[in-house]
Amino acid sequence: MITRLVDRIQTLRATLWTLIAPPLVWAAHFLLSYLWASVLCAKRGAFATEPALFWGCTVLALVVIVGCGVIAHIQSRVPGDNPPHEQGTKVDRLRFLAYSTLLLAGLSFIGVIFTAVPVLFLTDCR
Amino acid sequence: MRVRPGTIVKGLCGTALLFLSGCNRHQSALSPFGDDAARIQVMTVVLVAGAVVIGIAVAALMVWAVRLPANRLTLVGGERFILIAGGIVPSAVLLALLIYSLPAMRPRDVSPGDLNVAVTGEQFWWRVRYEPPGATPLTDANEIRIPVGRTVRLRLLGGDVIHSFWIPGLAGKVDMIPGRENTLVVRATRPGVFRGQCTEFCGLSHALMAFDVVAMPPEAFDAWLAGQQAAPARAAAPGQALFAQHGCGGCHTIRGTEHAGTIGPDLTRMGARRSLGAGTLPPSEANIASFIRHPEHHKPGVRMPAFPHMPEREAMAIARYLKALR
Repeated sequence: MITRLVDRIQTLRATLWTLIAPPLVWAAHFLLSYLWASVLCAKRGAFATEPALFWGCTVLALVVIVGCGVIAHIQSRVPGDNPPHEQGTKVDRLRFLAYSTLLLAGLSFIGVIFTAVPVLFLTDCR
Repeated sequence: MRVRPGTIVKGLCGTALLFLSGCNRHQSALSPFGDDAARIQVMTVVLVAGAVVIGIAVAALMVWAVRLPANRLTLVGGERFILIAGGIVPSAVLLALLIYSLPAMRPRDVSPGDLNVAVTGEQFWWRVRYEPPGATPLTDANEIRIPVGRTVRLRLLGGDVIHSFWIPGLAGKVDMIPGRENTLVVRATRPGVFRGQCTEFCGLSHALMAFDVVAMPPEAFDAWLAGQQAAPARAAAPGQALFAQHGCGGCHTIRGTEHAGTIGPDLTRMGARRSLGAGTLPPSEANIASFIRHPEHHKPGVRMPAFPHMPEREAMAIARYLKALR
């Protein structure tokens, strides 16, 4: 099944969807973190003792980002000539977008973790 | 023009000497007297040491790369190195620093029995109100006394414009925003007289908006607070009538008298303060008299009206009266 999935990914053409998904997920998670904390603090007056919703959303965000990264990684490994891949060909375009997606996914992954870590330590509404 | 290395070293040393003039023990984040400031100091040392190590490593790497014979570096190898040393390692280091520093940002726990002190930033002085649990609040100005070893909750308020409250030796700084209450929970670790300062530009005399901080042994603090809460006995003095005659009581409070103005600083303990005009002048009688007649000479933009028509001997009489208030 995994082989079939990899084969399927490799047949995908260059796409912007996987490129923009990780930063969008990061932005959505960032917004959710602040809204979640401020709404809970305003309504309860105390920080959430079991932030299951938050951690569930964090894991979901990381899974989506890792998924985009994996797709990009597989796409970037198309066989071809040596670098630099800077020609206006389909293969080079795919490599460029895939590599950009991979780097953006990495950045978004770190961003989500950096946004989530304070919830572990700052369990306070002040 | 060629500059000798010796000249550069002398220039740097001379400049460094100028910075030494800022060294002191009463207003310095490098001389902490509170738990939070001590943690901030340790973190500062760790961060500076780490930054120096990383800076030297990057410089050494640059020298190594520049001196390397041609064609020794490949594009793939270089990109991989940039990914690892420029992406993965910094991310890991930053994550480690975040995890290391976050616990210090967690507010200290408070209990209902802890002393509250409400401090309001005003142009250009500090309204201080001690709110001991189960006792009558006490209003003061431009000086904050705290008990050593006990948790104190500072309620920070903005009276007119945005100010910022910072006692470098005690804790980090917190903004005072009109219409909003910020909290700073502190604990002093050693007694002494220290200094705090407004650290958000708030008007012409922003730099002249300081205050004294007296960290006292807990028993001495309790005795002081109890002593202040008792109604002070006021003997009649020549300056007292002049104080009333010139309308000073419209803005200033002196407990034990009919003067109960709340626009300006409470003057009940004026004679015991260590400075005049929120850390601006030594509290001598001559300075007090000069401040009454021409406050704008000492604090540009001050809200207190000038009394240039007041004869100097009357100003001195009021100054003597205020200096005797304790």
